[in-house]
Amino acid sequence: MAAVAAVGIAAGSGSAAAETFRWAFQGDIQTLDPHGLFETFTLGFQANFYEGLVTRTPDLKLQPALATSWENVEPTVWRFTLRKGVKFHNGNAFNADDVLFSIDRIRTEGSDMKVIANLIKEAVKVDDFTVDLVTPQPDPILPLQLEIFMIMDKEWSEEHGSTKATNISGGDEGNYANLHANGTGPYMVKERQPDVRTVLVANPDWWGDNKSNVTEGIFTPIGQDATRVAALISGDVDMAYPIPVQDWKRLDDADGVSPLTGPEARTIFLGFDQDRDELLYSSVKGKNPFKDQRVRQAFYQAIDIEAIKDKIMRGASTPTNLMFAPQINGFNAKLNERLPYDPEKAKALLAEAGYAEGFTVTLDCPNDRYVNDERICQAVASMLARIGVKVDLLAQTKSKYFAKVLAQNGYDTSFYLLGWTPSTFDAHNAIVTLMACRVDGKGSFNLGGYCNERVTELADLIQVETDPEKRQTLIDEANRIHSEEVGHIPLHQQPLSWGVRDNVTVAQRPDDVFHLQYVTVQ
Amino acid sequence: MALQDGRREGAASAAARLGDGVGRFLDSDLWHSFSRSPVAVVSALVAILFVGAAVFAPWLAPYDPFDLSTVDLMDSEIPPIWHREGDPRFLLGTDAQGRDILSAVIYGARISLGVGFASVVLALVLGVGLGLLSGYLGGVVDAVIMRIADVQLTFPAILIALLIDGLSRSVLPRELHADIWFYVLVLAIGLSFWVQYARTVRSSAMVERSKEYVQAARVIGIPPLLIMLRHVLPNVIGPVLVIATINLAIAVITEATLSFLGIGVPATSPSLGTLVRVGNDFLFSGSWWITIFPGAALAILVLAVNLLGDWLRDALNPKLR
Amino acid sequence: MIAFVVRRLLQSILVLLAVGFIAFSLFTYVGDPINNMVGQDTTLEQRAELRQRLGLDDPFLVQYGRFLANAAQGDFGISYRHRRPVAELIAERVPATLELSLVAAALALFIGVPLGVYTGLKRRGFLPQVFLTLSLVGISLPTFLIGILLILVFGVLSQDINAALGLALVPQLPTFGRGDTVQLGWWSTGFLTESGLLALILPSITLALFQLTLIMRLVRAEMIEVLRTDYIKFARARGLSSRAVNFGHALKNTLVPVITITGLQLGSIIAFSLITEQVFQWPGMGLLFIQAISEVDIPVMAAYLMLVGFFFVVINLIVDLLYYVVDPRLRAEKAVAVGHP
Repeated sequence: MAAVAAVGIAAGSGSAAAETFRWAFQGDIQTLDPHGLFETFTLGFQANFYEGLVTRTPDLKLQPALATSWENVEPTVWRFTLRKGVKFHNGNAFNADDVLFSIDRIRTEGSDMKVIANLIKEAVKVDDFTVDLVTPQPDPILPLQLEIFMIMDKEWSEEHGSTKATNISGGDEGNYANLHANGTGPYMVKERQPDVRTVLVANPDWWGDNKSNVTEGIFTPIGQDATRVAALISGDVDMAYPIPVQDWKRLDDADGVSPLTGPEARTIFLGFDQDRDELLYSSVKGKNPFKDQRVRQAFYQAIDIEAIKDKIMRGASTPTNLMFAPQINGFNAKLNERLPYDPEKAKALLAEAGYAEGFTVTLDCPNDRYVNDERICQAVASMLARIGVKVDLLAQTKSKYFAKVLAQNGYDTSFYLLGWTPSTFDAHNAIVTLMACRVDGKGSFNLGGYCNERVTELADLIQVETDPEKRQTLIDEANRIHSEEVGHIPLHQQPLSWGVRDNVTVAQRPDDVFHLQYVTVQ
Repeated sequence: MALQDGRREGAASAAARLGDGVGRFLDSDLWHSFSRSPVAVVSALVAILFVGAAVFAPWLAPYDPFDLSTVDLMDSEIPPIWHREGDPRFLLGTDAQGRDILSAVIYGARISLGVGFASVVLALVLGVGLGLLSGYLGGVVDAVIMRIADVQLTFPAILIALLIDGLSRSVLPRELHADIWFYVLVLAIGLSFWVQYARTVRSSAMVERSKEYVQAARVIGIPPLLIMLRHVLPNVIGPVLVIATINLAIAVITEATLSFLGIGVPATSPSLGTLVRVGNDFLFSGSWWITIFPGAALAILVLAVNLLGDWLRDALNPKLR
Repeated sequence: MIAFVVRRLLQSILVLLAVGFIAFSLFTYVGDPINNMVGQDTTLEQRAELRQRLGLDDPFLVQYGRFLANAAQGDFGISYRHRRPVAELIAERVPATLELSLVAAALALFIGVPLGVYTGLKRRGFLPQVFLTLSLVGISLPTFLIGILLILVFGVLSQDINAALGLALVPQLPTFGRGDTVQLGWWSTGFLTESGLLALILPSITLALFQLTLIMRLVRAEMIEVLRTDYIKFARARGLSSRAVNFGHALKNTLVPVITITGLQLGSIIAFSLITEQVFQWPGMGLLFIQAISEVDIPVMAAYLMLVGFFFVVINLIVDLLYYVVDPRLRAEKAVAVGHP
């Protein structure tokens, strides 16, 4: 205790004044182990105390962290020069061995970072502060994917028997790294009570320049929206997110708090089962209406996206025609023109396709995953009702929803709503996961089985193309084909919705990640 | 021929008995007590209003809230008519989807009362039956039924609902899952109430069992159970009615709570409880009418039923008069 | 007596086994835990492999058997969400739930019984009628709505209300969590700090309201009935003071059913704390369970249901024993009293 208190004072003396900052999110992180769960919130939170080779600024620009520079010395070799003089929180020095150890650790059974591990064929220590990462094929975007790969201390992990990632299936339930952290980041974990609170204190020995005057951060998960908003308004927390968009007005009206909003890099879209010869949940028997492009386009043009924006998203969503957002590398605004809202045209298209009387189809929808997800689905249902399509809405919790529609249950859906943020912030991730045919491990979230050979081929080409201009042409081609064929119905990018006390400034990242080092308390 | 005559005669005497019964009822202490209690009269009127609205919802409600093609998102969150931004089409305003609140409340009452009545009837039939059986047969049957009752009593409706919801999903085919919520709720709520009836009926049955006329009936070969039905039931009808009334109120509340936990009625065909849950999201935003009207309707309905049950309990208990 | 206890204990074990059985049969249908345990980029093969490692592909009877075998050795498995032993997690959460339930039960008893006596003695008074009707309003609103309305008034609107009235009428109260807690061995208590006590106010009122109404009305009904019995009339005739009659004789006789109902309601307090904890983010077992449901954390759900089942069975047993002690006459016929509405 005494040691921790001393740390607090030391850090406090460095900045203008010692400040405590309290914030709330709707859930808790699942583990302190940085290799335990590949999930935005968990990794974003861990980035307060763990760091990767690279990091991103609040506007998502890549910048050096534990590596000071990197270059593609051969098509399949990336050379990283490591930062000197960095110390872990326990005082151990950081060097190439820690990087090699961490790469080995994400290959262990309990790791959820195997996707990252698979990008690296081999890691070679050149010297104590130089590491070569060998990729299985030319990989122009490797550094972009490394922000969320955090480096752990080899000695500390060995000392506490945590050389393997925390394994959910048991065997090492006492994994030290699950409840303790020893990173290099600007903050250190002082106290951790899962689901109750986690206390972070500033790291006085951080290698970087911590501009924040926050010396102690107290994080509390609050699941209920109303309770979270009340906690912010009553001053129990300084910042809370997400805030239901309909409560912005209440925050504006209340003293001392304001909503903070911006477009999130997450695109919300509708998808159709275009794979089966007969839909699982529809009145149409013997054929699949969604195989007909006219039907897909009719659905597209029947949806009044501006009404959804105004009424459900309080004007804060960004309607889109692409499957990934402007913040994503490869976005081209020229291709982001939506087909106009035109219910008459939609009706005509349906009649042309032989469904003048409409038909019935079930829409699968999560009700606790995206901003106002269930309400969007209800609105879509009532808009489609006006062109004669009767939508049975099946809105469920995300656990039930994903269990139903994902691959392991055989893509058990006919029509669904989904959201996606490419974890690499690169177009390739969206194209290969959502738009490519379901072959060779591609199209894993292409739940409706939209399939165009050329788009699939383009996904492979984009992956290895190192020339930025050529790469953009390939990305544009994939997008153009997908839009023409109405492979999905992109709806909008959902808004970020945070609530902040007026005496606090924070940086809002487009991927909804919050970092304590960008907070200033006045 | 003889059979038909017999039947006709039976029907006639039944009608006569019924008329007789109504007459006797109007002349009874119960009616006098009722007509003298303003609280009881008002509660009864409110309850009748709700039941009437529920039964005649398709004719009473200005809109059909389940018909999505009539719902326009552009009409969403319109305040009640007396508000300066109100719209004459929607007396109590609209919800976030543009659904008419008044219609939603009327249809919601229909679903809430439907679930409530059905679960009370289930509990009543189950409880009275098991109570008679238990009280009359005694011995092992009695012990088994009463132990089950003990277990049952310790499990609140919420947990039972969770279990039944899960069980029905495991047993029934997938296509039915979207439509079974009504039965799940009725079963869950009904099952958690039967014990009270069973215990009341059982104790009454135990008293009757030892009486001489039952023994005598048994000697001359009349099924004793038949006799029990005729003699025990009239004795317990009062307490059973009281329990049923109060149960109806609790059932409606329980249904609302289950909806809050997400195992109740789906949002596409909302009960009063679901409307309150959905409306909660707008309580802070200033669109108070989305949750307050369904909430008030729920509270008034439950309060009326509770007050009726209260009055009935006092009126039927001669010791309290 | 001993035979009775042993028999009831055996029955209790059967009940717990049944609860576990039903619980496991439903787990398959609350969702797939895997998607909450891995990130979006985890490949299908890795997901399938994890599912297999967790034994989720086994028939539920096998899963149930494995759970029982481990549970018998005190091992309730590892929480999928927290990656920690379930027993440890629950032990951390028990104090929060029990403290909340205890305060709520105490509120219900210490307010409910006096109000019941009062309204029972003064049956026709105006004030007692107001209390009775008010108490009905309390149980005519669902618990979650009461909780949210309290948060609205004491958390969100209190400043506005006070400003409008020009006086500090409505205090600002904590709307979530337990405040600061003090660790006494493995037990964490909120009773010893100011913020801990303040944090208890809104949730315990929310939780107590229903039981309070129930107890008050029960005591009232019993009082009225007892006051009419011959022996009370006789006591009055003997010239005993009304205080002695009311409290010495009448109240004492109403206690038997009150004990029963309170005991049984303690179970439902724990069950209802599920909703209260959810609304107030109270870090107890109920919240753990609700979160376990939404994240499909099967080991936590199983352990919680078994534990709650265990609580109920124990409470039932204690109530039975109390009966035995308080009123031996009722040994055989206790059911009659419980069945009284």
